[in-house]
Amino acid sequence: MAEILVLVDHVDGAVRKPTLELLTLARRLGEPSAVFLGPGADRASEVLGRYGAQKIHVVDAPEVDGYLVTPAVDALTQIAERTGPAAILLPSGPDGKEIAARVALRLGSGLITDAVDVTAGPDGPVTEQSAFAATYQVTAHVTQGVPVITVKPNATAPEVAPAEPVTEKPDVTFGPASQAVRILSRTPRERGDRPELTEADLVVSGGRGVNGAENFALIERVADALGAAVGASRAAVDAGWYPHSHQVGQTGTQVSPQLYLAAGISGAIQHRAGMQTSKTIVAVNKDADAPIFELADHGVVGDLFAVLPQLVDEIERRRS
Amino acid sequence: MKHVPDATADRTFTEAGTTDRASVDSLLSELDEYAVEQALRLAESDADAEISYLTVGPGDARDALRKALAMGGDAAIHVSDEDIEGSDAFGTSLVLAKAIERHGFDLVLCGMASTDGTMGVLPALLAERLGVPAVTHLEDLAIEDGTVTGRRESDGATVRIQGALPAVVSVTDRSGDARYPSFKGIMAAKKKPVETLGLPDLGIEAAEVGPAGARSAVDTATRRPPRTKGEIVADEGTGGIALAAFLTTKKFI
Repeated sequence: MAEILVLVDHVDGAVRKPTLELLTLARRLGEPSAVFLGPGADRASEVLGRYGAQKIHVVDAPEVDGYLVTPAVDALTQIAERTGPAAILLPSGPDGKEIAARVALRLGSGLITDAVDVTAGPDGPVTEQSAFAATYQVTAHVTQGVPVITVKPNATAPEVAPAEPVTEKPDVTFGPASQAVRILSRTPRERGDRPELTEADLVVSGGRGVNGAENFALIERVADALGAAVGASRAAVDAGWYPHSHQVGQTGTQVSPQLYLAAGISGAIQHRAGMQTSKTIVAVNKDADAPIFELADHGVVGDLFAVLPQLVDEIERRRS
Repeated sequence: MKHVPDATADRTFTEAGTTDRASVDSLLSELDEYAVEQALRLAESDADAEISYLTVGPGDARDALRKALAMGGDAAIHVSDEDIEGSDAFGTSLVLAKAIERHGFDLVLCGMASTDGTMGVLPALLAERLGVPAVTHLEDLAIEDGTVTGRRESDGATVRIQGALPAVVSVTDRSGDARYPSFKGIMAAKKKPVETLGLPDLGIEAAEVGPAGARSAVDTATRRPPRTKGEIVADEGTGGIALAAFLTTKKFI
């Protein structure tokens, strides 16, 4: 079986969940091979093997950490040229998409971004994506070269499939372009006790109706009662009530959790584009005409400051 | 600049799997307005700066250029050729790169993504084709001593990055609100030159672009069934309890 290259998303060897989803999808297409760039491969190899990586290509060069995107492009392109994979999977994010595009251009390959599912087809991988603010479902395939595909988080549930991965350390030649954009400083996003927005099964979001940064404590209380991540609409983020890294929407994070609870969010098109594919949607809003109610499986027309505390109490009562 | 179907309208696909441009009004992609704004701000601090806008698209894509010119700037280039229709990101980036090379540049400013395709890969592809740094996804930017420096909200981290000019830069919707065109700007825009180019002007063969040059194909495009509207209840003192009951039936509690 041909190799399927999976670019590992990690912080110093701590592998992020979307990578495990990619390994799970890769098993449908061939033999998963993890491509691990930067330091920490020893720490990562156990979890990569547990989720089915047969091989780990490790490139730990100073370029990878000191410069943006292009060193990863050099490494991944050269590994692909040597291994002749049947597909290359990367996480959908700013970095993953830019690496994917440049690798595809260099390899003469086609590219599909933001897939929400990948399956094996007669002519290679078939992808599924959402389009036009998730009002359309599109299937597509690559017609030229090695398919390069970026996949959104939560596309599939990671499944354990233990393997004993072989580690390889290929030599990579970094071209002049690999040092084109220097990383002057890097501030990792603080990880609190709550699940990360992109990876969460449950998301509780607040919008304009939350009416103040201090009131987001209530959104956090609901999130904690449910074990959910906290999201925010662009209006709430622009008002400075909650950090941008929590923005749900077309230009923020696009989420697809099992449950999305929207509180005080009217449901503008940009927000809907970021959460419309959630499995179950519930909404609390004072305005009965808010477009969010068109999407809601259950909606409460009411004051979130009355409804949410009651919800938290009731959750606690039902759990005790 | 990209001229895109209005995101608030009901957008559809053609049978060929491309965006149906005939059925809805199009306008300048909102995310490109942030790039226009940053270009204008840079020009305000550099008397020698010249701003030219570039778009690829059918005839009415000129409207996007006029909108940008009404905000400010000097001139525009419109690449239009029926063979380009149906291009993927690789074909489009080839056309844009050839047009940029033909014109000459110190800085190429882009929006972070278009509001229709939303791939967000064109800036990276342009940089790859032009052989210059890609300083992308910036929330702020400064140009000093022949370099561009800015803050990038990346996967899981905020990074400060720097590259030498000439470069391709893309900015996010957090880089600063775009100005509205003034009446004076709208009138002035009508007199600003817009050059029209076709594929032969750029030395590109028809087979390199359009569906012939595309490296992927859409197999199906199906309208997602509208979500069935659920139960909407007015809170009369027990809305939270009703919500908890619903969440329990769905096994979230």
